[in-house]
Amino acid sequence: MSSPRPGFRHPDLPKNDLGYTRRDYEGAASTLCAGCGHDSISNAIINACFELSLEPSGIAKMSGIGCSSKTPAYFLGKSHGFNSVHGRMPSIATGANMANRDLVYIGVSGDGDTASIGMGQFVHIVRRNLNMVYIVMNNGCYGLTKGQDSATADRGSAGKKGRPNPFESIDLCELAIALGAGFVARGFSGDKEQLVPLLKAAIGHRGFALVDVISPCVTFNNTAASTKSYQWVRDHMEATATFDFIPPRKEITTQYEKGTTQSVTLHDGGVVHLHKCDESIDVTRRRCAIDALEQHREKGRLLTGILHINETLKDTHEILETTETRLNTLMEKDLCPGNRVLQDMMENYR
Amino acid sequence: MKLQGVNDFVIRFANVNGSGSASANALFAKSVFRLGVPVSPKNIFPSNIQGLPTWYEVRINEKGNLGRRGGYDVVVAMNGQTLKKDYEDLAPGGYFMYDSARQLPADFARDDITLIDMPLTQICNREFEDPKLRQLLKNIVYVGALAHLFDMEFSILTDSILSQYKKKPKLGEPNIKALELGFEYAAAHFQDTCQLKVKRSNTLTRHILMDGNTATALGALYGGATVAGWYPITPSTSVVEAFDRFTGQYRKDESGKKKVAILQAEDELTALGIALGASWNGARAFTATSGPGISLMNEFLGLAYFAEIPVVLIDVQRTGPSTGMPTRTQQSDILLCAYASHGDTRHVLLFPCDPKECFDMTADAFDLAERLQTPVIIMSDLDLGMNDHICLPPEWDDARTYDRGKVLDGNQLESLTEKWGRYLDKDGDGICYRTIPGTHPKLGSYFTRGSSHDEFAAYTEDSDTYQRIMLRLGKKWQTAKGLVPKPEIQISDAGSGYGAVFFGTSTQASREALETLRSQGIIINTMRLRGFPFQDEVREFIDRHNTVFVIEQNRDGQMRTLLINECAIRPDKLVSVTHFDGLPITAGHISASIQQILKPQTQKGGAQ
Ligand SMILES: Cc1ncc(C[n+]2csc(CCOP(=O)(O)OP(=O)(O)O)c2C)c(N)n1
Ligand code: SF4
Ligand SMILES: [Mg+2]
Repeated sequence: MSSPRPGFRHPDLPKNDLGYTRRDYEGAASTLCAGCGHDSISNAIINACFELSLEPSGIAKMSGIGCSSKTPAYFLGKSHGFNSVHGRMPSIATGANMANRDLVYIGVSGDGDTASIGMGQFVHIVRRNLNMVYIVMNNGCYGLTKGQDSATADRGSAGKKGRPNPFESIDLCELAIALGAGFVARGFSGDKEQLVPLLKAAIGHRGFALVDVISPCVTFNNTAASTKSYQWVRDHMEATATFDFIPPRKEITTQYEKGTTQSVTLHDGGVVHLHKCDESIDVTRRRCAIDALEQHREKGRLLTGILHINETLKDTHEILETTETRLNTLMEKDLCPGNRVLQDMMENYR
Repeated sequence: MKLQGVNDFVIRFANVNGSGSASANALFAKSVFRLGVPVSPKNIFPSNIQGLPTWYEVRINEKGNLGRRGGYDVVVAMNGQTLKKDYEDLAPGGYFMYDSARQLPADFARDDITLIDMPLTQICNREFEDPKLRQLLKNIVYVGALAHLFDMEFSILTDSILSQYKKKPKLGEPNIKALELGFEYAAAHFQDTCQLKVKRSNTLTRHILMDGNTATALGALYGGATVAGWYPITPSTSVVEAFDRFTGQYRKDESGKKKVAILQAEDELTALGIALGASWNGARAFTATSGPGISLMNEFLGLAYFAEIPVVLIDVQRTGPSTGMPTRTQQSDILLCAYASHGDTRHVLLFPCDPKECFDMTADAFDLAERLQTPVIIMSDLDLGMNDHICLPPEWDDARTYDRGKVLDGNQLESLTEKWGRYLDKDGDGICYRTIPGTHPKLGSYFTRGSSHDEFAAYTEDSDTYQRIMLRLGKKWQTAKGLVPKPEIQISDAGSGYGAVFFGTSTQASREALETLRSQGIIINTMRLRGFPFQDEVREFIDRHNTVFVIEQNRDGQMRTLLINECAIRPDKLVSVTHFDGLPITAGHISASIQQILKPQTQKGGAQ
């Protein structure tokens, strides 16, 4: 499973600002089903990190359990990774981030991993506004346990077994916006043009960034009656806006027409220029973002793109007022008050 | 006949929860302590915030027997709901103090006890304006009266108040007044009434009076913990609360920011997950919980065992099963913790017996966890954690450095001549070399997983590889034996066929009970367990005796089971002495149980 990818590589592969090729961001060969949406998302993650010139050793990959949660083995092979237990990735990511605030945390989860067993941890990591990118590879089913409906499966949608799902679905994006997340986006594994910049912007955002990616399960949930199939998503997706993501320190060359374009500067200095498809949607306003999602749902459309963005929130470290120094670098002299203090303290207990 | 004596009795305070009695009762205990007399207070409280009965039992014992004795010689009966029972259970010859605002019912007719009727309500109504203060100060008035009855140095009490209210002397004044009112009333009405006395003693020297949870928190502070995840649960909550207080004081950087991250989680799964994530990323991290939390943490403990992630877990045990009696004590999570999680798992346990050991073992646990790359669980309990205990002060060797275990830094990674494998046992001790994320731009990354992995951390379903890794974890377990604290063994009589095993908060009462038995000619050698896995010494101790009593606070003899299982002991050799009513074990119960067992089996009915 962790065998290196085979194949010959051209010596003149393009290099990024750090001198790395795209290959430096790849992982082991995937063992997922051919055509699985999750593999496309892995590729998008590789592209985003390569194009942003992130130092691979500066990234930590976190995941839960599921086909989706296996993918960190298939990207960023030079980064540390932690494949935890089912639904509990948020807590591991929280602890890791507390220990070292300087790494880029990329979490990968499934819709079962997040919206069912891990729902408790998910909503609370949103509340804490942990600085991380949280990617849900959302296929509306439990791939690894052979295709049961998940909590994000739309009511009436049917997978391979053919039985329409009788239960109401959970929209993780709407939930995250309601809980106060500062960056919420939805993508489609079949739309790399949109997904890669979405991931880049999510990485540039400080605080919790949810990227819910519809990612068809070709084996169990890619049927004509499924709303998580390639075909259905292609036919029904709309975007809040097309956008350009300009990473920090890159020159802005294009001039945009006033009125249709909204620009948001991210914490790391990157800028998102949103060219609205729908004039009425202001993704910087929480209420408006939720309304837009609801309206599209009522119309039977799938709203994608950056759904909500708010760059003014404090992340967990800022809320807790922890020191700027990484906690995992502190030494005895920083941490231990010494015996004199201890003995003085003991006077309070006499 | 009235009970009499100096520095040897038990007093029980019967109060209503939430009536402000706790600080008054603690003032009494602390004053005895400050007179240099060994004292052990035990709070017996309900799982309730206001209105239910609560007792505070203080044993005073010059000889230093600090386990619960059982029974009481004096009672301050302030709770109408329990008045009758408090009256009936008082030892013959004992003293019954009550608020004479209400007359005792006619059926309170014992003639073998001494009544001390204190007009507490009347005094407070007369002397204090504020109705809320009146209520609170009643408690202080009875402490003042006790000071006279027991002939205590009054200044000890007033000094305690003064130091308690050093910053707000205005608040101290009514307290001092209340003490004096009680003292004076008792002096005027109960001259020579009480023949139990508390006299200054030089038994205690450098000792401190501290609860175990505070000591545990200090251990975490000194041990260098920088991340804590937690979820509130009695009796562990005060560990993290104290850690928060201490770090607030001693862990600020120049700009006032904290060199610690403490997160109240949404549940215990997350609490442990936070600690694990932080430990994986190179910080020292812990969580504190009680039985119900451990039950929830099982899955993560298995992950930590198999993926070899250090973590410190504090289990302040309470009475189970299920919600059980949340505010009562027990030692009943032993098997749960020793083998927590599915599959073949085993966890390192430490058993502190007093606050000093809570401090030492907690600080050591961080070293042990990082050295062994596995969870280390501190097995405290409600009695140890929440009650004050007398012990020697913890000390810190300023030359001590943290043992971070086998962690490779960037230079070491570069100088490796062979391929590094996260789960490759280079030293033959079962412990492999780990790396912390971000250590080196190119070297040392790996994928941590709870699924089967090979020596290089790659996923595998190969049977041989899986077995190799599991056996290597077994080898690590053997290494752990040399690192966890050894048992404390006392051979009083090399020829005795009897041994006794105890640990944690069963220690004090066990020692006292065995002393009693010894005075009757029954000599029993002792072994206090301090850690799990068990070393060879543990087995040897058991082997050298014909019968070994295992004294513990649970129904099923969990430590006995663990010993049988781990040391391959013939079950009939280990005889359980258990106590599991939720209150701390008493010396009387232990000695009586052992006497009962030792009675010849020929007596009526036999011992079947
Ligand atoms: C505690 C626990 N319960 C159940 C499972 C079995 N299990 C493994 S993956 C999975 C569902 C995964 O679904 P999802 O997160 O949507 O991932 P996908 O495979 O669809 O990508 C389940 C139920 C488990 N590993 N752990
Ligand atoms: S079962 Fe579905 S989700 Fe899992 S790898 Fe196959 S296609 Fe992907
Ligand atoms: Mg799924």
